[in-house]
Amino acid sequence: MVKRLSHLLVPLIAIILGLAAGALIMLVSGYSVASGYSALWNGIFGEIYYVGETIRQITPYILSGLAVAFAFRTGLFNIGVEGQLLVGWTAAVWVGTAFDGPAYIHLPLALITAAAAGGLWGFIPGILKARFYVHEVIVTIMMNYIALHMTNYIISNVLTDHQDKTGKIHESASLRSPFLEQITDYSRLHLGIIVALLAAVIMWFIINKSTKGFELRAVGFNQHASQYAGMSVRKNIMTSMLISGAFAGLAGAMEGLGTFEYAAVKGAFTGVGFDGIAVALLGGNTAVGVVLAACLLGGLKIGALNMPIESGVPSEVVDIVIAIIILFVASSYAIRFVMGKLKKKGAN
Amino acid sequence: MEYVIEMLNIRKAFPGIVANDNINLQVKKGEIHALLGENGAGKSTLMNVLFGLYQPERGEIRVRGEKVHINSPNKANDLGIGMVHQHFMLVDTFTVAENIILGKEPKKFGRIDRKRAGQEVQDISDRYGLQIHPEAKAADISVGMQQRAEILKTLYRGADILIFDEPTAVLTPHEIKELMQIMKNLVKEGKSIILITHKLKEIMEICDRVTVIRKGKGIKTLDVRDTNQDELASLMVGREVSFKTEKRAAQPGAEVLAIDGITVKDTRGIETVRDLSLSVKAGEIVGIAGVDGNGQSELIEAVTGLRKTDSGTITLNGKQIQNLTPRKITESGIGHIPQDRHKHGLVLDFPIGENILLQSYYKKPYSALGVLHKGEMYKKARSLITEYDVRTPDEYTHARALSGGNQQKAIIGREIDRNPDLLIAAQPTRGLDVGAIEFVHKKLIEQRDAGKAVLLLSFELEEIMNLSDRIAVIFEGRIIASVNPQETTEQELGLLMAGSTQKEAGKANG
Repeated sequence: MVKRLSHLLVPLIAIILGLAAGALIMLVSGYSVASGYSALWNGIFGEIYYVGETIRQITPYILSGLAVAFAFRTGLFNIGVEGQLLVGWTAAVWVGTAFDGPAYIHLPLALITAAAAGGLWGFIPGILKARFYVHEVIVTIMMNYIALHMTNYIISNVLTDHQDKTGKIHESASLRSPFLEQITDYSRLHLGIIVALLAAVIMWFIINKSTKGFELRAVGFNQHASQYAGMSVRKNIMTSMLISGAFAGLAGAMEGLGTFEYAAVKGAFTGVGFDGIAVALLGGNTAVGVVLAACLLGGLKIGALNMPIESGVPSEVVDIVIAIIILFVASSYAIRFVMGKLKKKGAN
Repeated sequence: MEYVIEMLNIRKAFPGIVANDNINLQVKKGEIHALLGENGAGKSTLMNVLFGLYQPERGEIRVRGEKVHINSPNKANDLGIGMVHQHFMLVDTFTVAENIILGKEPKKFGRIDRKRAGQEVQDISDRYGLQIHPEAKAADISVGMQQRAEILKTLYRGADILIFDEPTAVLTPHEIKELMQIMKNLVKEGKSIILITHKLKEIMEICDRVTVIRKGKGIKTLDVRDTNQDELASLMVGREVSFKTEKRAAQPGAEVLAIDGITVKDTRGIETVRDLSLSVKAGEIVGIAGVDGNGQSELIEAVTGLRKTDSGTITLNGKQIQNLTPRKITESGIGHIPQDRHKHGLVLDFPIGENILLQSYYKKPYSALGVLHKGEMYKKARSLITEYDVRTPDEYTHARALSGGNQQKAIIGREIDRNPDLLIAAQPTRGLDVGAIEFVHKKLIEQRDAGKAVLLLSFELEEIMNLSDRIAVIFEGRIIASVNPQETTEQELGLLMAGSTQKEAGKANG
């Protein structure tokens, strides 16, 4: 119980420190801290429209965070979530535009295709790592660029005739929900949040409850002991990257089937995949933690949009806040150290 | 009487445990003073107090008669106290000389004076017979030389009181002899040594006096001349301990393991096991004796499926098992107590309960339809923890937090409970204290008496002689002799291990 508390305490302290730093920066630059942060608050909770938009933003964050966290729990660094996401996005839109059909077949098929495409994109570094000991960090980073340019090519040469944007997906493959839009004052909130929460449950189940998860974690902690105990280290590495990539592919489907309903040629990465690293780190690489961290990051990102409008504070302040929160979580050792010192003093 | 170190009425408590309870330790100048106690008796705590890592709640420390307050290792260094740690603290990519001068570099114009550093290191090395190569990379030198580098490090810092923390735990018999000579050289030059150990033989061989501590209390300080191993053992453990493991004569049955002409390459691709043949029967313990690095590890890895064999056959109960996967081999009836329990035996960051199921987590009732049944796992774990007397706060404690002896008991419980036909025990008592060693030996003999085949690998000749019903001597990847422990001596075995033929060794012996 005490241990659980300290797991929560470190991110909480980091958030407070991050917000304090943001306040300091606003103060030094001559902005009003109160109006800046109230604008941030209002940008998240002020109107039901903003709440809808925030949840929409949280959805892909949960999935990209799960992708990073899953790999990490099994001892792997999947830096390629961004690329797997792009591949998943494109695959989902492909299925969504290519044909029409009943929604109960079309939508699941589009989601599964996205997961499969992302999974495949993660599987390749998995094979290279398992067979040839190529470090997954290098390969996944490179695969991001391959994904970016390959999906751009497919969008403008295969899915369209030299357009920079595909047509809209068919209604039957869409995650859009008139009901959700209506209750949130016509935000772009879509059904993807259910998919994301389900995925979090799946990650929790695989890691903590399944026999496979036991193996995956064992391999992550100690490959030698796992091999000794008769587990196949290679298979587990490949499986882990496959599942991680599938989560990332689903994150892409959220954008392709929900938020945008199309795929467009991109000049740069979306950043959602990279933010997944921050989400996973902040969430302590657990399923519940990832959901909470995605809420925080999604909220801050959407809320920040309101800051310049309402209080004239540049939204970049929030980027700094996020960066500082992550910095402190990453250096949680420092926070624990100070907490330990304080505890000792209290005891004396 | 002149004491260089006096620790008087030292008390140090941690939450829930009094690690040192009014302990006294007085070390004379120029003596080797042993600090004897079981794992967890409080030896390391006491030495960490002396070295400034812990602050005692009560008691005083005198160095050369003067009362001192040691609040950091730097202070200890200034007082001439040096510690040779059990786990070496060397930077792998640095040379030996660089490691030694680290933190106290001789400088010239603001740059490190490498020439002088090398010279000073060489001088100290020559003076005490340490045989160090200052220019060798720390990663490339043997364990023995790494330890000598650690010794040199303390001497370079001007230590004249040296603390050795279980220095022989990682050494081969030959290296132990060399270390003892070095310790003798050190005291001859006027240094004083505190030797932390639980090996009685070493104390009898090299120490002048010994202080025994048990469960945090100082029991007694004696002259080694006036005592013997049995007395020390019972003082340390608090009860009578038998050294000679009691066992009936073996009754070998059918052949369980037959190794025929296998060749195995090590990680560098060098053939370390060459055309090796060996047989182990039901109801006997076969001990493999040999100097470390003669192919023992590769042999066991090949039998257990962790390493491929290039030729030859390994047969278990009449079925060929060479080059099968570790899981298939495990399931065909082999239990394996691995040589390196941290590397192979345990997932240290898993609860001890889950480690106990590491070989059977996927079987019913622990798993069904791909779902883990943790309730069943922990139920099983609890029963083995009780049966094998694994001392742990509970079954959810991470394996990392347990002492070596209790980690080993958990592994032994796990392997024996699966009821294998062949039990492979590789250095099963490495780093364990007398009580735990007794336990392990008893369990191995129980297995043998239950009609199982046991293959024992150990670098402790005494253990091999005590337990084995047959000793196979390995040299350069081959079994070069098979001897009866009742008819051989340590000298003969030593010669065989060094590569003499049986005839020569026998002659020397006779």
